Amino acid sequence: MATVEIRNVRKSYGPVEAIKGIDIAIQDGEFLVLLGPSGCGKSTLLRMVAGLEGITGGEIAIGGRVVNHLDPKDRDIAMVFQNYALYPHMTVFDNMAYGLKIRGIPKAEIRARVDKAAEILELGRFLDRRPSQLSGGQRQRVAMGRAIVREPAAFLFDEPLSNLDAKLRTQMRVEIKRLQDRLGITSLYVTHDQVEAMTLADRILVMNHGVAEQIGTPLEVYQRPASLFVAGFIGSPPMNVLDGRIDDRGEAVLVPGGQRLPLPRPRPTDAGRPVKLGIRPEHMAVAAAGFSIEIELVEALGADTVVYGRLPDGETLLVRMAGIPTVRERDRLTVAPQDGALHLFDAVTGRRIE
Amino acid sequence: MKTTRVIDLVPHIVLIAGVLIFAYPIYVTLIGSTWDSGTIGRGGLPLWPGGQGAANYAQAWAGEAGDRAMYTPVRTMMLNSLVMALSIALGKIAISILSAYAVAFFRFPLRMAFFWLIFITLMLPVEVRIIPTYKVVADLGLINTYAGLAIPLIASATATLLFRQFFLTIPDELLEAAKIDGAGPVRFLIDVVLPLSRTNIAALFVILFIYGWNQYLWPLLVTSSGDMETIVTGITKMIGTGESANDWHIIMATTVLAMLPPVAVVVLMQRWFVKGLVDSEK
Ligand SMILES: Nc1ncnc2c1ncn2[C@@H]1O[C@H](COP(=O)(O)OP(=O)(O)OP(=O)(O)O)[C@@H](O)[C@H]1O
Ligand SMILES: [Mg+2]
Repeated sequence: MATVEIRNVRKSYGPVEAIKGIDIAIQDGEFLVLLGPSGCGKSTLLRMVAGLEGITGGEIAIGGRVVNHLDPKDRDIAMVFQNYALYPHMTVFDNMAYGLKIRGIPKAEIRARVDKAAEILELGRFLDRRPSQLSGGQRQRVAMGRAIVREPAAFLFDEPLSNLDAKLRTQMRVEIKRLQDRLGITSLYVTHDQVEAMTLADRILVMNHGVAEQIGTPLEVYQRPASLFVAGFIGSPPMNVLDGRIDDRGEAVLVPGGQRLPLPRPRPTDAGRPVKLGIRPEHMAVAAAGFSIEIELVEALGADTVVYGRLPDGETLLVRMAGIPTVRERDRLTVAPQDGALHLFDAVTGRRIE
Repeated sequence: MKTTRVIDLVPHIVLIAGVLIFAYPIYVTLIGSTWDSGTIGRGGLPLWPGGQGAANYAQAWAGEAGDRAMYTPVRTMMLNSLVMALSIALGKIAISILSAYAVAFFRFPLRMAFFWLIFITLMLPVEVRIIPTYKVVADLGLINTYAGLAIPLIASATATLLFRQFFLTIPDELLEAAKIDGAGPVRFLIDVVLPLSRTNIAALFVILFIYGWNQYLWPLLVTSSGDMETIVTGITKMIGTGESANDWHIIMATTVLAMLPPVAVVVLMQRWFVKGLVDSEK
């Protein structure tokens, strides 16, 4: 158990900068999720912590010890790979025991640790099987078992669930959560699945193009996205974003089509400033006055309904309503944001305006 | 129904005919090794076994003088061939695994240059480089030694390429998992790469053993004493040219004996293939 500190870490592949200076201190026992779109550098950052990738700049410390120049085996970490990376010719037992054998741990203790991990993961029946004789979910559990028996300072997960089908993924997600609560080992978890991120994380690091867009708890990231990118990436369906302008008195936002949405508190210094206005689809509701939309598409998801509406100026506006659909395509509807549901972003930089 | 059965029959007939054509000379050799030289010499070899088998084989094995000449005993030639074939097969496998491992898993300066150097040797078969090779071996004083027989034939671009291709199919993540587990390059080779390659190794062993066993030109050049005779060159030397009559019964017995080790290797290794296929892991 240990802290993991990442201090201004950079990574370049030749002229391409994949990681552009990331700073974060992960607490002992914390579960940090690295979330971001494909190619944003999540795996690269994780692999630098693991020691599988060189560090171009900055420092990584595990348990207070700078590990920049240590081999993976000396960093006291364990990693779970996307494709499990089990040794195909070894039994489940040997797969889990291999790292311990190399470290010269006595046979009896290896046996005890593997048995304990197998019990936690319900793998007891499979210890003599080869990976090829297991299902995907079981292989995934073996891969986690291999990490657990090492009793490392930190777990590193690189999209461990992305090869599983939807149902199994949900099940394994719950299992990882339980495991984390039980073992309390500092974890870094890479995913591009926001549901995994929201449910597993103590904190989420949202990455984009090699920079940390926001670091915060799942609710912080949802309720107060630090940038348009985070706003669009977290939440499903994504947040509506409209062009707007703060009125001359700094009391409301004007959007094309003449709408005037009052601000929760006046901001006279921003009077006249062009902004991007974000409203989550689930924070829109049918109202007497507001945005008038023509419904283009209705998606019934069962528990709720997503309505794709078109504003008079041609922009799309999404509205998420509870329950089964009460409207149909080509209906007209007037919707308005709920109180306090407005997010303002700088029109140029896309950063949040508080 | 009838017509399909006839159609099924055709391939079988073709196959059986093929087997007969290929097997017949071997059968004749086998039968010939059980008759006396007179019967064979007259050209009227019967198609059933004669009574001289035990005597012929004993004579060939021990190398007692034949009716017309003295030969190196088969047991000596077999031993020489066995040492040569095993050294070549095992040596080639060991060297090519190591060089393929280096090329596939490590990054070092001039890596691709070395790879291409190995590759180029494919274009230079033994026969082409035989004179310089002979000179080197002679200068090293390796004429009439096992080392001289085997070492020049050990380097193998083909096997290196084969292993390299196979190693490239081993996922990077497996190497990374092993690194995190604490396995260094040697451990990874022994604990992971070799076990995963064992069916490849078995297949190559069969091919290379037979390749080594059947070497002709090189042993002919590099051995001059009877003690170092290999069985393939030995048999050809038994067959005289021109006037001299041949001890066909001994030649045939020797030939049959010469076939046994390659056959044994194929049969034994076949079990390994099947084993490798049955508990196939991906
Ligand atoms: N060996 C390499 N050489 C050059 N560029 C690389 C190399 N490895 C990764 N990159 C680049 O670095 C960036 C980050 O890659 P990385 O694998 O970390 O993405 P990721 O966020 O894990 O994406 P995904 O979700 O698709 O796995 C990508 O743009 C990728 O093209
Ligand atoms: Mg990745």
